Amino acid sequence: MPRPDIATTPLLSVKGLRTWFHTFGGIVKAVDGVSFDVAPGEIMGLVGESGGGKSMIGFSIMGLIDPPGRIEAGSIEFEGRDLATLGEDEMRSIRGKEIAMIFQDPMTALNPLYTIGNQIEETLALHTMLSARERRMKAIEMLHKVGIPQPEQRLHHYPHQFSGGMRQRVVIAIAMIAQPRLLIADEPTTALDVTIQAQLLRLMRQQVVESGTSLVLITHDLAAVSQMADTIVVLYCGRIVERGPAEEIIARPRHPYTRGLIDSIPHESDVDGAKRRLSQIPGNVPDIRRLPPGCAFAPRCPRASELCRTQDPVLSERECVGDGSGPPRLHAIACHHPLTVSP
Amino acid sequence: MFGYMIKRLIQMVVVLWAVSVLVFVMMSFTGDPTFMMVPLDATDEQIAQARRILGLDESHLVQYWRFLSNMVQGDFGRSFVFRQPALTLILERLPATLEIVFLAMALALLVAIPLGVYAGANPGKPTSRAVMAGSLVGISLPGFWLGMVLIFVVAVKLQWLPSSGRGPTTEWFGLRVSFTSWEGFRHLILPAITLSIGTLAILMRIIRAEMVEVMKQDYIKFARAKGATAKGILFKHGLKNALIPLVTVFGLMLGDLIAFATLTETIFAWPGIGKLLVDSIYRGDRPVIVVYLMFVALMFVVVNFIVDVAYALIDPRIKIK
Repeated sequence: MPRPDIATTPLLSVKGLRTWFHTFGGIVKAVDGVSFDVAPGEIMGLVGESGGGKSMIGFSIMGLIDPPGRIEAGSIEFEGRDLATLGEDEMRSIRGKEIAMIFQDPMTALNPLYTIGNQIEETLALHTMLSARERRMKAIEMLHKVGIPQPEQRLHHYPHQFSGGMRQRVVIAIAMIAQPRLLIADEPTTALDVTIQAQLLRLMRQQVVESGTSLVLITHDLAAVSQMADTIVVLYCGRIVERGPAEEIIARPRHPYTRGLIDSIPHESDVDGAKRRLSQIPGNVPDIRRLPPGCAFAPRCPRASELCRTQDPVLSERECVGDGSGPPRLHAIACHHPLTVSP
Repeated sequence: MFGYMIKRLIQMVVVLWAVSVLVFVMMSFTGDPTFMMVPLDATDEQIAQARRILGLDESHLVQYWRFLSNMVQGDFGRSFVFRQPALTLILERLPATLEIVFLAMALALLVAIPLGVYAGANPGKPTSRAVMAGSLVGISLPGFWLGMVLIFVVAVKLQWLPSSGRGPTTEWFGLRVSFTSWEGFRHLILPAITLSIGTLAILMRIIRAEMVEVMKQDYIKFARAKGATAKGILFKHGLKNALIPLVTVFGLMLGDLIAFATLTETIFAWPGIGKLLVDSIYRGDRPVIVVYLMFVALMFVVVNFIVDVAYALIDPRIKIK
């Protein structure tokens, strides 16, 4: 369902972003001309296979690309400022306060030598003028919100005294405590048990919806995204292949790659009776340093033609098949031979 | 914690006993100190009498037993040369050694930590490479050579600092120390620098190597994502994680410097325990050497204990058991 509370002026507007890594083996175009908008309060899913440059988009927004990587071109507009041009000091005041990030592995994201109370309060100490007492109060409140029992005592515990799921809750608490406008979650549940994944995704969704924070959810798990996101951006080899409203993408994917991703999700109907063979996308993600000319997906695509192997498809937008209510919503694809929509 | 202390205490006794055996064996089979004590033209009778006075006429077992039981009672024997209890001699000289060693260690840490952290956090930069090259030079410089060069340049040519001796001392909690007066402190500087260079270089390389590893960790990137300052990232999140191996080496080096400041003390005529050891070896002053070696063994055991406690203080995952 489209959420009517989402405003139309974007909070974050990424335009033509290119983040390249200059390695000895050649230039790795991890992010190669990516554009998307995130509205205030919107949840956007950034989907793609491993090695598709998803995380690098997150780190580019945070200004945490380390050499040999560099933002080569494009702009990252956030509340009227271009983050790609800001200095380290300005970025530092934005990180953690305006834009927060959740990492993939909660086992390594927390510093083993400090109590979690210390690590939660650090964010507040960096970005607010609160007194030590107030910081402590807020930390307890936040831990309570993310579902950690007995926060007053747990505050004094070290990361190794928590389970993986609990640690990720702590990481979420650290990210959300300064009430950021945008939260970037980089594969936040990949390292966790399947049983805990859904819990944490629900928690994250609840946290961002309650506080009106926008969320960029980076994941390879299209199934998870389809349940949470308002918008989905599908990446392949550092480029956007399809972008649009979540329900539209799931119901009517037009790029063969997206179709392939959706078909490889097991359905509930598979469990009882009618056994469907789970389909997979043939082949592997190509070496990003030696991409084939034309469409990067062509070697794996059942619909590929001569045109696909020679010419880059351009991302083009068209209006969704909507129900007529609300503003027109756009569905963009980069494909020479898109799947036809069955109305 | 209590069980740990008991274990450590037993361990200490065993180590000290083993050292006492080694020391006794080494002493007993490396020459007869009697000849150092008697006049060149002494008669056999005089020699035999000297032996009896020194207690060397009995079997090794009896000698060892007497040596051990005296030691347990705190009697380490008297210096052949000074006619004073050997322990008193060592304790008298100890403050002088501790003074230059502590100053040298403070100097080493003060320089090694910032440089090591910088070089570890920016491994590719030319300045870091220069720092690392410099540390190689520091490791390769022999202490005695550096000491002599410092004496020649700073003391003789420039005449900025005194070249030898301890200078005026004052009483400080019953210890004779130099650092309380400016003139005394001036005497400390050159020996301390000489002592610190090698330690400084090694500490710096360890800090750098650890920092390079630590800076790759997720929690560093997460700290950056929180908006932590460069200083906070390097020192709060980085350095503390790099400290564990540093503490180990620091402890060993501290013990090493106290025990074997010998060369530096000799060059600067510094009246510490190192110089006393060298003099005693020359004079065959056996009781002093024995006390010295026992003292060194005890000190290493204590330093190791402190290092273990420091681990637990730094890293909450380490429990003292």
